[in-house]
Amino acid sequence: MASVRKWLRGAGLAAAAVAATLTGAHNAQAQATIKVGILHSLSGTMAISETTLKDVMLMLIEEQNKKGGVLGKKLEAVVVDPASNWPLFAEKARQLIAVDKVAVVFGCWTSVSRKSVLPVFEELNSILFYPVQYEGEESQKNVFYTGAAPNQQAIPAVDYLEKEEKVQRWVLAGTDYVYPRTTNKILEAYLKSKGVKDEDIMINYTPFGHSDWQNIVASIKKFGTAGKKTAVVSTINGDANVPFYKELGNQGIKATDIPVVAFSVGEEELAGIDTKPLLGHLAAWNYFQSVENPDNKAFIAKWQAFTKNPKRVTNDPMEAHVIGFAMWIKAVEKAGTTDPSKVIDAMIGISVPNLTGGYSAMMPNHHITKPVLIGEVKGDGQFNVVWQTQGTVVANEWSPYLEGSRDLIADWRAPLMCGNFNVKTGKCGGKM
Amino acid sequence: MRPLLRLLTLLAALLAAPAWAQDDPFAGLAGSSFDDIRRGIETLATAAPPQAAATITALQQGALLAGPDAALYIKTQTGFLDARTGQPATPDVDALKSVRVNNSVRRAAEAAMGGLTLFAPDPTIRRSAAEAVLKSRDAAALPALARAIAAEQDPAIRTIMQQARAAATLASPDTSEPDRLAAVETLRARGDIESRAMLASLTNQSPAVIAAAATAVTAIDRMLQLWGLVQGIFYGLSLGSVLLLAAAGLAITFGVMGVINMAHGEMVMLGAYTTFVVQEVIRAHAPFLFEASLFIAVPLAFLVAGIVGIVIERGMLRFLYGRPLETLLATWGLSLVMQQTVRSIFGASNREVGTPAWMSGATQWGGITITYNRLVIIVFAFLVLAALMAALRYTALGLRMRAVTQNRRMAAAMGIRTPWVDALTFGLGSGVALSQIDNVSPNLGQGYIIDSFMVVVFGGVGNLWGTVVSALTLGIVNKFLEPLAGAVLGKITVLVLLILFIQRKPRGMFPIKGRAVEA
Repeated sequence: MASVRKWLRGAGLAAAAVAATLTGAHNAQAQATIKVGILHSLSGTMAISETTLKDVMLMLIEEQNKKGGVLGKKLEAVVVDPASNWPLFAEKARQLIAVDKVAVVFGCWTSVSRKSVLPVFEELNSILFYPVQYEGEESQKNVFYTGAAPNQQAIPAVDYLEKEEKVQRWVLAGTDYVYPRTTNKILEAYLKSKGVKDEDIMINYTPFGHSDWQNIVASIKKFGTAGKKTAVVSTINGDANVPFYKELGNQGIKATDIPVVAFSVGEEELAGIDTKPLLGHLAAWNYFQSVENPDNKAFIAKWQAFTKNPKRVTNDPMEAHVIGFAMWIKAVEKAGTTDPSKVIDAMIGISVPNLTGGYSAMMPNHHITKPVLIGEVKGDGQFNVVWQTQGTVVANEWSPYLEGSRDLIADWRAPLMCGNFNVKTGKCGGKM
Repeated sequence: MRPLLRLLTLLAALLAAPAWAQDDPFAGLAGSSFDDIRRGIETLATAAPPQAAATITALQQGALLAGPDAALYIKTQTGFLDARTGQPATPDVDALKSVRVNNSVRRAAEAAMGGLTLFAPDPTIRRSAAEAVLKSRDAAALPALARAIAAEQDPAIRTIMQQARAAATLASPDTSEPDRLAAVETLRARGDIESRAMLASLTNQSPAVIAAAATAVTAIDRMLQLWGLVQGIFYGLSLGSVLLLAAAGLAITFGVMGVINMAHGEMVMLGAYTTFVVQEVIRAHAPFLFEASLFIAVPLAFLVAGIVGIVIERGMLRFLYGRPLETLLATWGLSLVMQQTVRSIFGASNREVGTPAWMSGATQWGGITITYNRLVIIVFAFLVLAALMAALRYTALGLRMRAVTQNRRMAAAMGIRTPWVDALTFGLGSGVALSQIDNVSPNLGQGYIIDSFMVVVFGGVGNLWGTVVSALTLGIVNKFLEPLAGAVLGKITVLVLLILFIQRKPRGMFPIKGRAVEA
């Protein structure tokens, strides 16, 4: 009995000692570092896209630490895996902010994951940088949108097709969820405002991961025989793209006949396809790996060295994180603190170089200015930039082509401080 | 391109270009804007110097480089050729830039190549030339076409040339009405969707021609509608054969073991990754074998899936027999583990599995397009099926499998080592086929697991013929519903119909009759 008690006491002491060292170390570390949360899926369906973004954040943080960190402190990455599970995104966000006490979070890909974490960021007053092109119709105090709004990607792409390819007939093909549906709604309204008739627009939705495209590609081919130049505007997302493009190639739809312009297909997605049959199909982004300028060259070299893979590609959402991270560093330095309220105020007006040779600035609507580039697929899986805007484009977070949202503006500066101010009613609070 | 427009662009090109451009048809290609390059191609095609075809081909392949002072070089495997003379050249490599290409340049190049290669000695080149001219509807090509038709020996190519002449006749402003009416008739006889597009887009025509074109369009539409039916059946068969491949393995495991194996999709995925690895090895060590890579991959995929199957059965499932809920959960967990393992080894992004040349492309059969990869998969599915049937029917293992399927306890009592049968029935090489149509990523299997279960349940558990009929039925129903209801609603409708069917016939279309005992 005595020996048991002695053992127990010994164990208790040891445990206490371990606990003390741990908390001590923890405190010491908490003082020395600023934590940066990374909320990207590393498993599940979205891992295919999001894993890369986690890696690029780790690279950026490492690089910043080599420069001496920020405010004299080193940065420390806290990586969590929300596993492509939307409610889990909210839980993990709460854990990052409340338990790990991160100063800022970089994360999310799908709109539904973003919507799922919004209340958490609002409640706990933290900052989220969202790096993916999305459907717009949103502006939140705690979120900075570094991806493109529809007018920074979809609308210029349609304009390009109309002007350069003389397209008169449109197929809007998308995966069945919120981003394609909203984008197509905006595009449909936009096309109709330009006088395109109902019968010249075909809208088609497919489920996530759709793999049998025979019918749909055949019907697109048929739709293209009405004697007017036809193009496909694709908001097809994720895994479904590979079989879609394979079917296009197999059925012999060439870009010179019916060009496809995609908003969710970048260098990473093309990595799984033989692109030779896709020569000339288009994508609209705000960044392409093939953009030639010294900053981009240096970034690609760093990325390939960091991933130890000389063939590793870069893409648009990665650039968004590069811009977002640089902006956050600058805002923290300007505010002199990582306190979210002060950083949020300091963010507006911050301008940093982007990787396409210009500057991107954070606007009062929490979106950034971006150049729009149209690229054609090349045989090596890269894009050949065939058109780009003169300067940068300011985001329309509320689309002027949608009933209701055209009256809304977002301005997070005092005195307005509102993400959905209705100019008709003069009230903050959305579509009435 | 209408001649008037062509003349105008030519004039514009001449005015815009420097004076020396007038006697150098190549100069436009060295221009900086896409418009300059496009016009350059048209100028070159009209002038047609001996090096024109080689130069435009190089442009299409991205091997045409421009140097200072409008110098143009063709990059070959060994060095450079001067584009104008075709002689070897040694330019300053650092000063060279690829001539940029976009879709309008590509279109111009295709049309130009059509005109330039109409008289090529190789019939395949002549054929594609005729098709390119047909597509470009270039009135300026009429004289060349007339000469080509007169010289052409091959009747099939001559027909295409005549159709091209018809298209050009309709596009030209100075052809007579009878000629045009004949042209409409020629295109109607061609009767595919491209000719429909040409007839539907006619402008500036006399009323008689427009009326003839309208009748022709209706006639073609009627034909295409009929073909649409055939097309639907082919697409349905193709989807059905994919379902069959995915579900065949499941039909057996489900039937033999009564195990709901949620990790079945991951076995398919392993097959696809095996194909990827085989191709990588071939690319690195024996590129000449690439065309045969799939044949090499099939037995290997079978082996890999089989070994993993045995490991799963021996290591996990045998402890769970008779406990369906636990089996379901355990195999589901296992599927997640397998996905993540593959993700850790191969990375999260898609892997490129190449399609051998004999499987890419399509053939036109009447009014429908049949893609080779689908055709091969249909054939492959039925070969796998035949092999499976033969194995079940004529081998000792098959006999045991059938015995175990029909009555496990009785079979065990008769001395059949049921666990071994279970282990051997696990893997089937369907992943190889799927790697050709879907993307090879860790999530590949998830997309097929639900469909596979649907097929097995609908067909009747433990009955391979049921699985065949059910896979093809589901495929065809799906493909006929899709155009009517859209892909999303179509899928839902199929599911609802299936649930209703199961309500009526809980044991599927072809339940095993006789003394099959529910375990």
